Amino acid sequence: MESKLTFKQYQNSLQENRFLGLECKNCRVYTIPPQAVCRSCGSQEFIQRQVSNKGIIKTFTVIRIAADGFKPPFIVAMVEMGQGAYLMGNIVGIEPDSANMELIGKKVEIKAKLVKGDLYSKDIWTPVFEMISV
Amino acid sequence: MRKVAIAEACMTRFGKHEKTSLELFTEIGLTTINRAGLYPRDIQALFLGNCLGGFGEGQAHMAPFVHSAMGLPMSSPAMRFECACATATVAIRNAALLVGAGVYDIVLAGGVEKTTNLSTSLATRTFAMASHAQYETPVGITFPGVFAMAAHMYADKYNIPLIELKKHMAEVAVKNHYYGSKNLKAHFQKEITVNDVLSGIMVADPLQLLDCCPFSDGASAVLITTEEKAKKITKKPIYIAGMGQASAGGLYVQQDITKAMARKTASKQAYLEAGIKPSDIDVCELHDCFTIAEIIAIEALGFFKAGKGYDAATKRHTYIGGKVAINTSGGLKAKGHPIGATGAAQVTEIVEQLRDEAGKRQVEGAKIGFVDTMGGDFGTVCNIILTA
Repeated sequence: MESKLTFKQYQNSLQENRFLGLECKNCRVYTIPPQAVCRSCGSQEFIQRQVSNKGIIKTFTVIRIAADGFKPPFIVAMVEMGQGAYLMGNIVGIEPDSANMELIGKKVEIKAKLVKGDLYSKDIWTPVFEMISV
Repeated sequence: MRKVAIAEACMTRFGKHEKTSLELFTEIGLTTINRAGLYPRDIQALFLGNCLGGFGEGQAHMAPFVHSAMGLPMSSPAMRFECACATATVAIRNAALLVGAGVYDIVLAGGVEKTTNLSTSLATRTFAMASHAQYETPVGITFPGVFAMAAHMYADKYNIPLIELKKHMAEVAVKNHYYGSKNLKAHFQKEITVNDVLSGIMVADPLQLLDCCPFSDGASAVLITTEEKAKKITKKPIYIAGMGQASAGGLYVQQDITKAMARKTASKQAYLEAGIKPSDIDVCELHDCFTIAEIIAIEALGFFKAGKGYDAATKRHTYIGGKVAINTSGGLKAKGHPIGATGAAQVTEIVEQLRDEAGKRQVEGAKIGFVDTMGGDFGTVCNIILTA
């Protein structure tokens, strides 16, 4: 079965700041990031869609002791996109020391950045979240 | 399926060891076989858990070398299991399934890990390899980070002020260090206070140093056999009454990381097979890699309702004499966490409890014990219910 959205195509879309996702033909749930089957019903029938780059912070942490290759402190968060899918990425543009529980529920704009690979991984585009000031 | 029993279970002290992984497992494996009054030639298969041998010692494919060092027969296959932190429990479950099915009569299962020879940053990097390598690891998530996000989500979901939740989390660490102080095999055998936890360095907000389990070295082995053989080997065979195992994907798929759905699924299988309910459990070793992890686990295993388990240690519900004795070994938190060995050491603690051999940390009259091991970021959960 051929993938409707490969990792490479998804990576290209992040690089171009266009968010591609998969809408399930069966249950209409969005699977983002892409995988072979619907995260909700397991269907293999998808329609590829461009989706909105807005989301809401569901949780976060400030990494202060980091793995090799990362410079702490930095913020990691999980964000719910408008289509109900969750993404993990970095909140940027605010001081890590200012991060607190008030971040949860706040709106963000989702962009992407290139993370340099290391001995075990290649360069990868990952989501970054910018706070939308109200 | 035949009834399956544990005839013997042993662990090394957890902590820092100079010996190689191969030496550590060989020693504890032979101790287990010797204590059972058996010989290496009696072992029909070796299921060896190991995660980081490739990074710490440049050793992949460790099982056949351990097999040779232990003097097991060439006809008894040896193989490595890897399910992150749930590794050894999965090895034990598979051994029990094959003994139950009649494929083997006696299997040695367990695991070994050396993590203290890795720098903290390399250990953190290799542990993070158990997160999704394309969608999650590249953002710099660490294991403390995963559980830190779970803690924030828990505080938000149940509307508990973070400062209050953190005090209750600290009480989990206090409890587990208290029991660790009574366990001569524990990595940390020192009691701590809530203040010690709340004054530690921040690892990943809101988790401080003593909210986290240590990197440890150690090995543990369990002898799995039939009811008939176990009764010949020991006066106190321990029986496997039920087992369960479940899998989940990355955190982006799991979404609500306060719920640990794979644990609910795995434990439901185990309870059903054993024909018992959570309130029947006398003693439980569960996966407290972080203080918040114990809170999430006691809820998912059905000991406490969702959102109600956070103050269980504070109210002493999870101490011996409370509602259910949780982590009497000291847990991963104080006993230590050599990832590939952890599940077998949890089984070892429950075996000692059900044999009334746990000394100063004995749960009086314990008859039914529960083992809960979680691999990665809730991706694997394996549960085993044991009875005397």
